[in-house]
Amino acid sequence: MNNSVAKEKIVSLRKKRSLEDMRFKYYGFTAMCLSLAVLVFLLYTIFSKGYTAFQKTIVLLEVDYNQDVLKLTPDSSDEEMEKGKFFRVKKQAIENFFPDLSKSDIKLVKKLFSINADNEIKDYFLDNPEVINTKQQIWVTAHSDVDQLLKGNSRRDVPEDRRKLNDIQLSYVDQLVEENRVKQVFNNFFFTKADSRHPEIAGVAGSFMGSLFTLFTVFILSFPIAIGASVYLEEFAPKNRITELIEVNISNLAAVPSIVFGLLGLGVLLNVFGLPRSTPLVGGSVLALMTLPTIIIACRASLKAVPPSIKEGALAVGATKTQAVFHHVVPLALPGTLTGTIIGLAQALGETAPLIMIGMIAFIPNIPTGLTEPSAALPVQIYLWVESAERGFQEKSAAAIMVILIFLFMMNAIAVFLRNRFERKW
Amino acid sequence: MSNSKILANSVDVYYGSKQALFGISMDIKEKEVTALIGPSGCGKSTFLRCINRMNDLIEICKVSGSIKVDNEEIISDKTDVVSLRSKIGMVFQKPNPFPKSIFDNVAYGPTIHGLVDSKNDLEEIVHSSLKKAGLFDEVKDRLNEPGTSLSGGQQQRLCIARAIAVNPEIILMDEPCSALDPIATAIIEELIDELRLNYTIIIVTHSMQQAARVSQKTCFFHLGELIETGETNKIFTNPDNTKTQDYITGRFG
Repeated sequence: MNNSVAKEKIVSLRKKRSLEDMRFKYYGFTAMCLSLAVLVFLLYTIFSKGYTAFQKTIVLLEVDYNQDVLKLTPDSSDEEMEKGKFFRVKKQAIENFFPDLSKSDIKLVKKLFSINADNEIKDYFLDNPEVINTKQQIWVTAHSDVDQLLKGNSRRDVPEDRRKLNDIQLSYVDQLVEENRVKQVFNNFFFTKADSRHPEIAGVAGSFMGSLFTLFTVFILSFPIAIGASVYLEEFAPKNRITELIEVNISNLAAVPSIVFGLLGLGVLLNVFGLPRSTPLVGGSVLALMTLPTIIIACRASLKAVPPSIKEGALAVGATKTQAVFHHVVPLALPGTLTGTIIGLAQALGETAPLIMIGMIAFIPNIPTGLTEPSAALPVQIYLWVESAERGFQEKSAAAIMVILIFLFMMNAIAVFLRNRFERKW
Repeated sequence: MSNSKILANSVDVYYGSKQALFGISMDIKEKEVTALIGPSGCGKSTFLRCINRMNDLIEICKVSGSIKVDNEEIISDKTDVVSLRSKIGMVFQKPNPFPKSIFDNVAYGPTIHGLVDSKNDLEEIVHSSLKKAGLFDEVKDRLNEPGTSLSGGQQQRLCIARAIAVNPEIILMDEPCSALDPIATAIIEELIDELRLNYTIIIVTHSMQQAARVSQKTCFFHLGELIETGETNKIFTNPDNTKTQDYITGRFG
């Protein structure tokens, strides 16, 4: 071929090739922007709906800790104080909340307060027993309906019969606002209380602890089993049909829908072995079974990534196979193994369906303290709140999603940290 | 005349159905350096790895025939591979220090074999091994630094120290200088010359000059067969076989 013709061909093709380069660069860029936009939109939606849940409305109440009403004396012991008639001082305080309240109005005013107000009045007294026979200004939690009204989440321009608060109650709320007897503060209940029928005192502490206990169970069960299985398969198993079959089926198991594992837990763990229903022990066991294949696959990949020369070096100085594997290969694979495990745990944290199957969807109004106590889990809690009719739960579910997302981000951050910190280069 | 240390008799090696070595018989003398030379894929590394049974790691590899080390058969199911390997050290083509400290690299062998009772003993073994490998003066101030932080040549000498530390009688070297620069190579070659006084050394090398420089005996492999074996001087000046002649004069390979 003529030299100059060849050169021309190369040049024209070169142009086409660089155009191709550009095109692909823009495809990639567009795809990335698109996914980023969706992510931002998602986060914005969750945040804008949920951030109000981190605040609660409190109302100033004047409480008269009269010793006759409380049926206590200044010399009462702590136990007696526990049994003081605090609902009576609350009732009295509400009756005097506005001047000249009629009997029917008292009923309406009572509904402006949270059911928890009794406890708050009591707690204040138990912390400061010297206030007996004095009048105290105490901020107590408002009812969720008041809270939602003031946050602007429920509208006041709909007909009265479709509102939670009727016209009289609205006017009282307005009066409170005018007199500065109501304000919004940080909602500590959201982080310290378990689920409740009353939105204003429902929190994620119960389901958070439930999730923690569940993940603990998952880790304890799946990490040693996964390490054992993957070390055996990678280093010791004879390369034959049976091993191959096992390897293929581990990959298959990783693709089994999670609800199937839930059915397994229901059928075997609950019905055959009779383990306690709705507990992190059972939930964790089921999720451990579900995440095992994922963790085993990650473990095997990181074991494979250890250069064989290290093992050879150990064998050449006379290490036994077990020594070579456990002194050299496994420690080097550990960062990758841990990363894989954390990613498996993150998967388990977000799993809902199998937990519903084994009864972790039950309404649990207290914070679990052990593996065998009934408890909720974060994703199930979100599911429960999303389903609730009460308006107050809507912001709660968005806020709970934020909590679970932060939990997940933290777990992934730990995984990245471990990988960067302990990964060795050869 | 020194005694026979390793006696190989018609060793065949198969990788699956492919035969890699054809009836290799060889007599390796004590406290000598024997060089195995030959073109790539001729089976010299395979033969080397038969001697400490490293071929066991390759599932499809089958070895038959007989290799006797100190008159003990080692190609047998009854052979205690672990103690065999503590008797026969090995240095690999690419330096492969453990990703641990320099001290721990050398200490690993003596520790797992229980050669030491106290920390002082261990320190002594580590120091003397590093000295024997000619590395001690360069690293004595940084024994706690990772072995992988050393230069290539230093890493290779660390691997030699690691092999020496378990007090072997034979050291196998599989192209120990192929990843090193000429200066590091020269240092290792000098070291091999010193080690010869205490150890039987078998070295696989691609460099004929290296074989000529360090070895007393040379074996020429070609296509899985042992073509010629003899005194290094003779092989390089007046080989019997024309193939050997062609190879060392650079006509092929």
